[in-house]
Amino acid sequence: MFRNEMKLEFKSISENESFARVVVAAFASQLDPTLEELSDVKTAVSEAVTNAIIHGYENGEGQVTLRCEIEDRKLIIEISDNGKGIEDVELARQPLYTSRPELERSGMGFTVMETFMDSLEVESEIGKGTKIKMTKTFKSV
Amino acid sequence: MHIRFSLESQCLIVEMHGELDHHSAESARIKIDNKIEEYGVNKVIFDFSGVNFMDSSGIGVIIGRYKKLKDYDGKVAVVNLKPQIRKIFELSGLFKILNEYSNSNEALLNL
Repeated sequence: MFRNEMKLEFKSISENESFARVVVAAFASQLDPTLEELSDVKTAVSEAVTNAIIHGYENGEGQVTLRCEIEDRKLIIEISDNGKGIEDVELARQPLYTSRPELERSGMGFTVMETFMDSLEVESEIGKGTKIKMTKTFKSV
Repeated sequence: MHIRFSLESQCLIVEMHGELDHHSAESARIKIDNKIEEYGVNKVIFDFSGVNFMDSSGIGVIIGRYKKLKDYDGKVAVVNLKPQIRKIFELSGLFKILNEYSNSNEALLNL
């Protein structure tokens, strides 16, 4: 089985949203994904990193960790923060739910991740942080 | 994100260029709201031809403007959506409250 792995840590600021999605796209490109697959992955990464910044750290100081693994044609992405954690993960995953309506957020972040990736797991502990694990298997070309 | 504004038939055309994410949404929102006030319009066409990336933060921007203009009997339309961006619009159910047209001329005729 072909395997590859990378890990990156960056500051929790909104400038790094585009940085993170471009890094994942560059890492995934060794699997020759289609443009659509690559776009799906970039969008999902953008949602997870944005959540870490806005909700995990509430726009404050913090570090976001991005880990990617490749197993044959499967890309595994882990995005984690050491922020405040999610009180009710089930509720947070509901479409249109937002914990911060004052920010004009759409509440679609988790729905986008779920739709654009093959799987999504959310692990969260209050006061400890949140880890998002997503996978996507690229179709053979 | 760079935004170019134009006014046609009492309708504000917002031509966006770049990536619309949480980072760029903040300033885009302020620029657009300022122009809406400056021109005193209640119809806005969002032209996505120059937008090569958008996540759900973009949905927040569009819904926010829609809600704002609704109070003034206003209307919002979107044009030139790339497939990936249309996917996010569909997922969010945004086409229930606004229409997509292939270009701004078509949108102008229908708003």
